[in-house]
Amino acid sequence: MSLTNTDIQRLAQLSRLSFDPPTSQRLLEGLNDFFVIVEQMREVDTSGVVPMAHPIDAMPNFAAYVPNASEGMALRLREDVASEPNQREANQRSAPAVERGLFLVPKVIE
Amino acid sequence: MSELHTLGVAALAALLQKKELSAVELATRMLARLGGNPHNAFLSVDSEVTLAQAKDADNRLAAGDTSPLLGVPIAHKDIFVTTDFPTTAGSRILEGYRSPFNATVVQRLGEAGMVNLGKLSCDEFAMGSANENVAVPSAHPQAVTNPWDISRIPGGSSGGSAAAVAACLTPAATGTDTGGSIRQPAAFCGITGIKPTYGRASRYGMVAFASSLDQAGPMARSAEDCALLLSAMCGPDLDRDSTSLDVKAEDFSRNLNQPLKGLRVGIPHEFFTDGLASDVRAPIDAALQALQAQGATLVPVALPRTSLSIPVYYIIAPAEASSNLSRFDGVKFGHRAKDFTDLADMYEKSRTEGFGEEVKRRIMIGSYVLSHGYYDAYYLQAQKIRRMIANDFQEAFQLCDVIAGPVAPTVAWKLGDKSADPLANYLADIFTLPASLAGLPGMSMPVGFGEGGMPVGMQLIGNYLQEAKLLNVAHQFQLATDHHLKTPGGAS
Repeated sequence: MSLTNTDIQRLAQLSRLSFDPPTSQRLLEGLNDFFVIVEQMREVDTSGVVPMAHPIDAMPNFAAYVPNASEGMALRLREDVASEPNQREANQRSAPAVERGLFLVPKVIE
Repeated sequence: MSELHTLGVAALAALLQKKELSAVELATRMLARLGGNPHNAFLSVDSEVTLAQAKDADNRLAAGDTSPLLGVPIAHKDIFVTTDFPTTAGSRILEGYRSPFNATVVQRLGEAGMVNLGKLSCDEFAMGSANENVAVPSAHPQAVTNPWDISRIPGGSSGGSAAAVAACLTPAATGTDTGGSIRQPAAFCGITGIKPTYGRASRYGMVAFASSLDQAGPMARSAEDCALLLSAMCGPDLDRDSTSLDVKAEDFSRNLNQPLKGLRVGIPHEFFTDGLASDVRAPIDAALQALQAQGATLVPVALPRTSLSIPVYYIIAPAEASSNLSRFDGVKFGHRAKDFTDLADMYEKSRTEGFGEEVKRRIMIGSYVLSHGYYDAYYLQAQKIRRMIANDFQEAFQLCDVIAGPVAPTVAWKLGDKSADPLANYLADIFTLPASLAGLPGMSMPVGFGEGGMPVGMQLIGNYLQEAKLLNVAHQFQLATDHHLKTPGGAS
């Protein structure tokens, strides 16, 4: 199975990226080369194998290292309360456009 | 003390504690070596900041503080956010960014009294194996060169860290390892580096690439130094990193002096195939013999899904990257395009201008494997094989205490050799990816030299939380050999 230029355009749109035609062509060829090595993966029989989203649930006795782990996800959730101090000014120091403490974006609603 | 810069962390710490050297004097000497930015290793330096930290360290020393790293210089991979230095992650999109907070790892090493010499170059968002994908400073981005041969790459993505330590520009550096980014550059530059168990070091303040794989670790010129650094870096950060393990900070130096008698070293035959260059294999075979001479036994083990780790990794990591990098949209921080028609156009132009080619490629792969109709066939299948790979390791560790093999199939290649061929770069990651996918600790230590006089590293992989064992093996090897003491011409 090969990707086409239409796929590249669709993925670029999903990724919020754009490519000029020569770059798009190079990308298409590169991705198709890559998916050749991916094919070997599809032949592996994985029936009954539980997907592994992160390494912690593969650790023997992980529950000992993860207090308050939620059932089935093996990761900790913290209380849903504000714990960080207000740092609005510091957080906005590197923003491209700020006015009166707000992040500015182009007009969204007419 | 003309050789000051060639001393390691432990030796410098001893001089500082004995008051034979001040932290300011040491920092001044180290900063003086950074003029002209040798090997393009640094992305930012600020002598005022560095010297102020050194002054603080001297005050603590004068007050009788005996913290083991107090006053010793370090430099951080530019993937860790810092308040005192800009953070770019090697990307134009973050050029000029100042973090309002320090990464936990930076904070902990700072509290231990280490003096920050600056920020080190890396592949953009840690995506690369050669440190050629660096995009800053945007006016004149420079690939990092290997101190052993400046026509070659230093490895990546922590290439600036490895080059700086190898060239004795700093006794220590931080690195991050997603698929081999500490171990491979450490091997290519002839230094020692360790990636701990996933969850040991906090990821808070590490610019995220692939969150289920990213892990911080130290890079230095000996296992002894790495043990000191790792002890200060690790520890629970439960409120700020949901994947931080609740395991008490450890003294990773505690087992360094255990003899190796009875140690079972697993040798996966999948790591010793025709794909392994003979000039890399020879010093590794010699190192394995040296371990045997110290009382270790070699045990054959199997890691049958080693080659599958390439497609599995290069699906999972881009999938996570495409999600993580969606935060770069030109709104809250980072580059914003000058001209745009509306919000969607602003996103698209800002990202297209801000990201380099390899980053865009991986975002595209991630978008593809996560998209409707392909998710099960690619992403979910990769996650299932990932578990099989992790299970393979658990079977292997029934037979052995550590696993040994090459870090990379060849020595460092020439600059530009693989830059036009991303796939060739991906394939060269084959020996580091399995431990990354499983989340196991892994390290590289120098074991000699191959083609062109380039350093060769041997990889040691341990079971979960077995970092002290890896460092013990490496330290015992380094007591009996002198590969780690060799420095490239120009470094001393």
